[in-house]
Amino acid sequence: MTSPLTPSTIHDIGYRHYEGRRLGRSYVIRSLFVHNLRAVYGLGRPARAKVMPFLLVAIMMLPAAGSVAVLAITKEPSTLIRYAAYAVLLQPIVAIFLATQAPVIASRELRFHVVPLYFSRPVGSFDFVLAKFAAFVTAIFALLATPVTLLYVGALVTRPSEETQAPAMPSVGAQTTDYLGGMAGCAVFAFVLAAFALVIAAFTPRRGFGVAAVIAVYLLSSATVGLVQFIALYNNNYDAAGWAGLFTPFNLVDGVQVGLFGASGSTPQGPPDGIGGPVFALVCAAVVAGALAVLYGRFRKAGLS
Amino acid sequence: MPIIATQGLTMRFPGVTALEDLTVAVDSGVVGLVGANGAGKSTLIKILLGLMPPTSGHAAVLDLDIHRQGERIRERVGFMPEYECLPPDVSATEFVVHMARMCGLPPTAARERAADTLRHVGLYEERYRPIGGYSTGMRQRVKLAQALVHDPQLVFLDEPTNGLDPAGRDEMLALIRRIGTEFGISVLVTSHLLGELERVCDHIVIIDGGKLLRSQAVAAFTEVSGTLVVEVDEGRDQLSGKLAGSGLAVRPEGRFLLIEIADESTFDLVRDGVAELGLRLIRMEQHRHHIEEVFAAPAGPTGVTP
Repeated sequence: MTSPLTPSTIHDIGYRHYEGRRLGRSYVIRSLFVHNLRAVYGLGRPARAKVMPFLLVAIMMLPAAGSVAVLAITKEPSTLIRYAAYAVLLQPIVAIFLATQAPVIASRELRFHVVPLYFSRPVGSFDFVLAKFAAFVTAIFALLATPVTLLYVGALVTRPSEETQAPAMPSVGAQTTDYLGGMAGCAVFAFVLAAFALVIAAFTPRRGFGVAAVIAVYLLSSATVGLVQFIALYNNNYDAAGWAGLFTPFNLVDGVQVGLFGASGSTPQGPPDGIGGPVFALVCAAVVAGALAVLYGRFRKAGLS
Repeated sequence: MPIIATQGLTMRFPGVTALEDLTVAVDSGVVGLVGANGAGKSTLIKILLGLMPPTSGHAAVLDLDIHRQGERIRERVGFMPEYECLPPDVSATEFVVHMARMCGLPPTAARERAADTLRHVGLYEERYRPIGGYSTGMRQRVKLAQALVHDPQLVFLDEPTNGLDPAGRDEMLALIRRIGTEFGISVLVTSHLLGELERVCDHIVIIDGGKLLRSQAVAAFTEVSGTLVVEVDEGRDQLSGKLAGSGLAVRPEGRFLLIEIADESTFDLVRDGVAELGLRLIRMEQHRHHIEEVFAAPAGPTGVTP
């Protein structure tokens, strides 16, 4: 149904119908995922939206770079930050990233009433939530895994060719095993932190409130757990101190790293031996599933009203 | 094939009945849905999009059942909501491309269609600037563009003239008329202003309190009545007295005289009367019904017109 072309007035060609392909569900989900991932890092948005995420990524890289530099000079393996400890050490920075960027994914399209435009198209409401969640998980994973990868690459590059020059350096095999464990840890961190931050942000439509709410919940939970653990440890109650870690996101995931991936703990008290690891892992799974259910309800309501 | 057909559609919310036993069918073209605020227009659109199951009753859009084929309906229709629905920090191009991809258009096609559609709704260089800086008129155009970008067979436009100044309103109405004629896309457009829809629609559906008040072609609303409107420069009352004396039913209305047309001779009597009194005749025309008169003299629901 192309209207007749008049060569002199190219701008006046009439309306043309679209007769090309219309791709299906997987393409829509993929597009939505990429769109949200770009949005977290401010891509496709004005320059000021890029400042915060990239600044935080830069800050996350600094300790890793410094650690590698020190290792290169001293050849002392203990100067390399442990892979599994990186996220826990830098948790304030990660928390700021969660607080500033979760509202971009969770509440921006709620605030501007964009959601009904998706649901009036062939976009499923669960697909919509899943794509958003996956995008934020990926964004956090990139934030955490990039510096850890820098540590790993740095450790391999600065490693002397002659074993005798640095006898204390762990073998390449041991490094790699540790690194893979660290990556798995980063992945669990990404899932749990995304769940935690998105749910809070989805219920605070104003961006400023969202930022404050995520930070407040993070600070309150870690301060309370820290205090409880301190008191419990003071009274030699190691089990109570361990279980308390369930109630703040970073300790929760570190518990999984300790219990399941064999890392050494980076919090005052890891999960109790035995069932501790599996329980912490189950709680992580429950947090993620619960968050997806809550987000689904929230977006569905917003999209249909 | 009717583009929209409903049968006994009822929608109850706790404490409110938004739609009550609505049975209506409309053909392709530009269809106006008129009702006061809260008459159930937006609810009807949500039901027709298959997003909200009605309490009872059936409806089909483009011959697709709203209960079972909601997704297929949503692939084929476009929706422009009445409220603000645009993120301020992206450009119109970026936004409309994204919305095209959400309808399954491949990346290149999405870009081309977005550029074309934005041009058709009248957004040019400004489409690269963030939407936050747009005027109301420009925002309405972006909202319209995202509803058209995937080349739907039918668009639902919910109060597209809301918040526009008279000039913007006229442009939007002209655009809606073009969508229905030149673009060949059927339109269901809502408004609480009957007068503006009268100008662009082929068919008007009027609902009030969730009930069907009227559904008929615009031509039928505005058909010629049996009344003659006469306007003279001065001496209206003289003329009125003279014509009444000749046996015509005359009543004054404002500056005009409304005269019942008995037969052909009525025109001659008016002409002669004006000439004898030496008045200046400004206007003599057959009165057309105004669509607003439906509200002035409410009729019972007329049901479906085929």
